[in-house]
Amino acid sequence: MRDLAPGLADPPHDAQRLFRAVLDAISHPGRVVELIDAPAGPSGVGPAATGCLLTLADRDTPLWLGPAYDHEAVRDYLRFHTGAPLVADRAQATFALLSPEVAEFDGFAIGTDSYPDRSATLVIEVAALGSGATRRWRGPGIDGASRVAIDGPDDRFWQAWNENHALFPCGVDILFVAGRQLAALPRSIAVEA
Amino acid sequence: MSESIADASPASGGPDQAYNYAYLDEQTKRMIRRAILKAVAVPGYQVPFGGREMPLPYGWGTGGIQVTAAIIGREDTLKVIDQGADDTTNAVSIRRFFAKVADVATTTSTEDASIIQTRHRVPETRLREGQIIVFQVPIPEPLRMLEPRETETRTLHALSEYGVMQVSLYESIARHGRIAKTYNYPVLVNGRYIMSPSPIPKFDNPKLDRSPALQLYGAGREKRIYAVPPHTPVKSLDFDDHPFEIERWDECCALCGSRESFLDEVIVDDSGKRMFVCSDTDWCERHQR
Repeated sequence: MRDLAPGLADPPHDAQRLFRAVLDAISHPGRVVELIDAPAGPSGVGPAATGCLLTLADRDTPLWLGPAYDHEAVRDYLRFHTGAPLVADRAQATFALLSPEVAEFDGFAIGTDSYPDRSATLVIEVAALGSGATRRWRGPGIDGASRVAIDGPDDRFWQAWNENHALFPCGVDILFVAGRQLAALPRSIAVEA
Repeated sequence: MSESIADASPASGGPDQAYNYAYLDEQTKRMIRRAILKAVAVPGYQVPFGGREMPLPYGWGTGGIQVTAAIIGREDTLKVIDQGADDTTNAVSIRRFFAKVADVATTTSTEDASIIQTRHRVPETRLREGQIIVFQVPIPEPLRMLEPRETETRTLHALSEYGVMQVSLYESIARHGRIAKTYNYPVLVNGRYIMSPSPIPKFDNPKLDRSPALQLYGAGREKRIYAVPPHTPVKSLDFDDHPFEIERWDECCALCGSRESFLDEVIVDDSGKRMFVCSDTDWCERHQR
């Protein structure tokens, strides 16, 4: 606790601007947005990942940390600034912070046919947005199709994504983050090579 | 007129300090924001949310206000309309409310607004990318008049079992020779969910289809939020031999002469004399110049 990094400097306004950036991203899947107001966060977690968790997570949203993030410093920081209960069972999680390597979608809440909103949102930290392998995204929010480049997820990941997309209206939603940047991939989007 | 309304912005000195920014507490805003994100991820699906008591009664836009309060910021410019008009009681009070609690600029111009909260109309001016339109919704469930039980309608949506809606439209044709529904005309969003577009006239339905703006819908009494992302197909339900049609008028607007806008019929004297005027006041003023 001694070395706890600060959270949002001006919570109502920072959170509002951060949320609007995330809303812009999820309304235009694949669009890379800049989270200007995101705080630096604890060591090992980028500003965009920190920013969206501080904006969206609280005591009502159980949070699951992937192996790469499950450290004392990260746990202390998120517990203190968000109040979110950290859970070991990923099925309980509303939000999860993970790297693309451990991304098997199996096990996270996908909602039910009657309540598809009761599904997890995965915050996945990747090497870079806007560079790396390019894929074609289609679906609501995209005018026709758009080509989106993300450096990190491999073919296995995208195969798992298409299985997730096939569950629509159930399924998880993803917020890809890298540094201060964020791009959203809601379950409604089909991704082709 | 528009100037005097726009001037109803707050007295200098920032927002009302007695409330949190934008009235709602941060915990509530986070809850609504999470619901909005899920609503965008599942277009047309009604996400339940913990609706709060607002300082105005149900039916006056409590759902729309909560959605607006969760998204609005100091950089925004807000427009509020009620039946297309910026100068009606509901629109004026909501605009003043946000000018007071959220310290935002307000406008009557559709083009200048970043957020447009609306009751029962979509502006005639084509919305652009980056704008957010927030609809006030009285009854979010399009199947409610056909099936009163929430447990049943929820299952019908889960199974995409929408035959009952097609039957009701067919019955309307059998009885009236055409689909007689003129407002709150049901739509199919992205080929999956049947959605209530709120009580907008069916004249406005085509504006929802592949709109570049983000559409958010808030129902305060029923505590539901739903959304249509930009560029998303929104199809008004119909039959091959009874295609969807919008209202047309023989008259033009008596004030601006527009032939393309939605017209209100106004009785002007005791002998039943009437005139037709644009329902969208901003559009009408623009065309009078």
